[in-house]
Amino acid sequence: MSKENIHAVFSLALSGFSLDVKLDLPGHGVTALFGHSGSGKTTVLRCVAGLIQAPGGFLSVNGEVWQDDEQGVFLSPHQRSLGYVFQEASLFAHLTVRKNLEYGQKRVPEKSRKVGFEQALELLGIESLLARRPEYLSGGERQRVAIARALLTSPKLLLLDEPLAALDQKRKNEILPYLERLHDELSIPLLYVSHSLDEVAQLADYLVLLDHGQMIASGPLQETLVRLDLPGAFTEDAGVVVETIVGAHEEADALTRLDFSGGLIYVALRPESVGCRLRCRIHARDVSLTLERPAATSILNVVPATVIGTAEAEPPAHVLVHLDAGGTPLLARITRRSRDRLGITGGLAVWAQIKAVSLLG
Amino acid sequence: MRRRLLILFILLGLSDSVLAEEVYVAVAANFAGPMEKIAADFEKDTGHKALVSIGATGKFFAQIQSGAPFEILLSADEATAVKLEQGGNGVPGSRFTYAIGKLVLWSNKPGFVDDKGEVLKKGEFSHLALANPKTAPYGASALEALDHLGLLEKLSPKFVQGENIAQTQQFITTGNAELGFVALSQVQKDGQLSGGSAWLVPAKLYTPIRQDAVLLTKGKGKTAAAALMDYLKGDKAKAVIKSFGYDL
Amino acid sequence: MEPLNTVDLSAVKLTIKLATLTTILLLFIGTPIAWWLARTKSRLKGLIGALVALPLVLPPTVLGFYMLVVMGPQGPIGQLTQALGVGLLPFTFPGLLVGSVFYSMPFVVQPVQNAFEAIGERPLEAAATLRAGPWDTFFSIVVPLARPGFLTGAILGFAHTVGEFGIVLMIGGNIPGKTRVVSVQIYDHVEAMEYAQAHWLAGGMVLFAFLVMLSLYTFNGSSNRRMS
Repeated sequence: MSKENIHAVFSLALSGFSLDVKLDLPGHGVTALFGHSGSGKTTVLRCVAGLIQAPGGFLSVNGEVWQDDEQGVFLSPHQRSLGYVFQEASLFAHLTVRKNLEYGQKRVPEKSRKVGFEQALELLGIESLLARRPEYLSGGERQRVAIARALLTSPKLLLLDEPLAALDQKRKNEILPYLERLHDELSIPLLYVSHSLDEVAQLADYLVLLDHGQMIASGPLQETLVRLDLPGAFTEDAGVVVETIVGAHEEADALTRLDFSGGLIYVALRPESVGCRLRCRIHARDVSLTLERPAATSILNVVPATVIGTAEAEPPAHVLVHLDAGGTPLLARITRRSRDRLGITGGLAVWAQIKAVSLLG
Repeated sequence: MRRRLLILFILLGLSDSVLAEEVYVAVAANFAGPMEKIAADFEKDTGHKALVSIGATGKFFAQIQSGAPFEILLSADEATAVKLEQGGNGVPGSRFTYAIGKLVLWSNKPGFVDDKGEVLKKGEFSHLALANPKTAPYGASALEALDHLGLLEKLSPKFVQGENIAQTQQFITTGNAELGFVALSQVQKDGQLSGGSAWLVPAKLYTPIRQDAVLLTKGKGKTAAAALMDYLKGDKAKAVIKSFGYDL
Repeated sequence: MEPLNTVDLSAVKLTIKLATLTTILLLFIGTPIAWWLARTKSRLKGLIGALVALPLVLPPTVLGFYMLVVMGPQGPIGQLTQALGVGLLPFTFPGLLVGSVFYSMPFVVQPVQNAFEAIGERPLEAAATLRAGPWDTFFSIVVPLARPGFLTGAILGFAHTVGEFGIVLMIGGNIPGKTRVVSVQIYDHVEAMEYAQAHWLAGGMVLFAFLVMLSLYTFNGSSNRRMS
């Protein structure tokens, strides 16, 4: 219950679904609530917003108590300094974009307004939409307006309930950069509900894994992604997120060099300038292992690493290998037979061949 | 066998038309009470059945003009019957006066109306009910009587009008109007006031309310209709009519 | 012949006054009822909904008759109004107003309730997360979004009151300038065989009813297009 965190205890028993979570989340950055549908992630978000009152619940956000049923404290949603972005934009159909944006802003006392109107417009790239009505916006535009509308209440906590789920890939790609900018430019903590590991990998700093209304893991993103003790949650999509810095552009080969604590990797030429931070995702299925440094290989990116441990994976022919590459965790997915043949076990020094890197943003 | 059945049906149909017919009668609202009794007696004595519709005379006139299937009209006045007779919807020469109505000032509260009608002069009431004078003869007679008493101007703000004389009585019965003008037949049975208090308005204060019956063209040549017209002139019917407070 | 005499004109004026006041009262009384019906999960919903809808299926004469009894000197409402010192309601304009409000209630409540239900939960939640309290949300979000429902309800309530006959006949007492409305006046003209005057008023009613329905269909058509 320190001043710099979000502490939440909710339990609910509905017909066919029960929620029972106790969360201690950082009071800054992006926290992703990840899980399959029916895992209770949206319910948690609605409890945080006060749209549902979980009896006997408790919620404090950076020192402010929003719910403490033991003390009879329960703030209604409109009394909580939060922003909420729904899965569908839920703009008010009878108001123009400008009026939608002003709706929340003008209900906040002037001295509490920290996000400026122009700033929000610029941040989400919606300057040209102001005079339009919601019905004339594309899905992506609507969602950007909805995010700006929530931001303009200068919330102490921004809740996003799968804001991209209703959009196709093109629209998602259109919005993700704006969400990243939120992350980088505003100091508002975000609770982000998603069932897409790609989104989570791109945006989150902290990850909470939910399943059947229970919290099964919670921790910093990189650490949590490589935890091998988690039941199948990530198996299919298992991978790590690596924070890199653009090291150099080698234009002759149309490559960009990214530096990270474990070494360097090359990717196709990037627009970002040298020194920029770039997050990339490396799937376990794209990493293979050799005991010797491979001399003749077409694979460009090969980094030295140490085996931390292994775990069973689905299907049973595979195992996941947790590696440490100079402080950066990596995951490799190899066959059980290869593990046995190479004698891969904790402490072994190996070379990780990285076949593909997805760049986030 | 089939043939016998056919004959049987023809005979039944025949007997029905010869022996027991139905007659459709439109009856002015004030005459509802006596008509109920008369219709029962009529069926018992002749085997014919009188199908009675109760309502305002003016409405019946409009309906008959438009081809309503009534065979006899027992009007609340003389004029409507005359108009029908002259207009071709009534059978000429069939018209006769079956009753002369009497106007009564009535209240459902015992003692509220005195036997001299002084209550009208005092005017200590908020509503005086009467039938719509434009459409109901008893309403017109009430206006006439009030005019003779010199009370018309004073009391007209307190008027509430029933669509017909039966609705007027309903206003008074429910107590929404303290008193009002109705037909004596509505509040008297077997020579006795059936409840409340009343003042029989003296005959000199209004034109006698002659109520005429007329055979309508739809009833021309119908046995039951002719039978009912006769029956109304008979002593048994007359006794009933008188018992309800009508003159003859 | 003069198309409309002064008595007819006063009936027309009275009818407009009655319908206007009834509509205004119904918007105030009907809106909370419609809101409750649209939002509640209470078991009483069916009961209240049925009570409100009752005038749709009951003959007006039944309602009129019971009002006459209930608002009369022996009836419970009659006792109440007398105790409050306002006297009895039958044969008065306020009495007619009470009757009309009850009688036209479903015509206002149902369209408004449907409009409320169509809004759904989400805009209300969105407003709440944008710092709008319940009243604020109601006036800034619900009312504008339910505008077509309010308009339909108001038009139907007004038109239905104009066309009301049975109740007025039963509890009005046909008092010129106070309770004699157009529908009763037409009836009187027909009964008195003044068909020419009846035609002027009846024809006017037909025209009025047509214009009401026309405006309703035109408006709903255009707002539907706008919504989609």
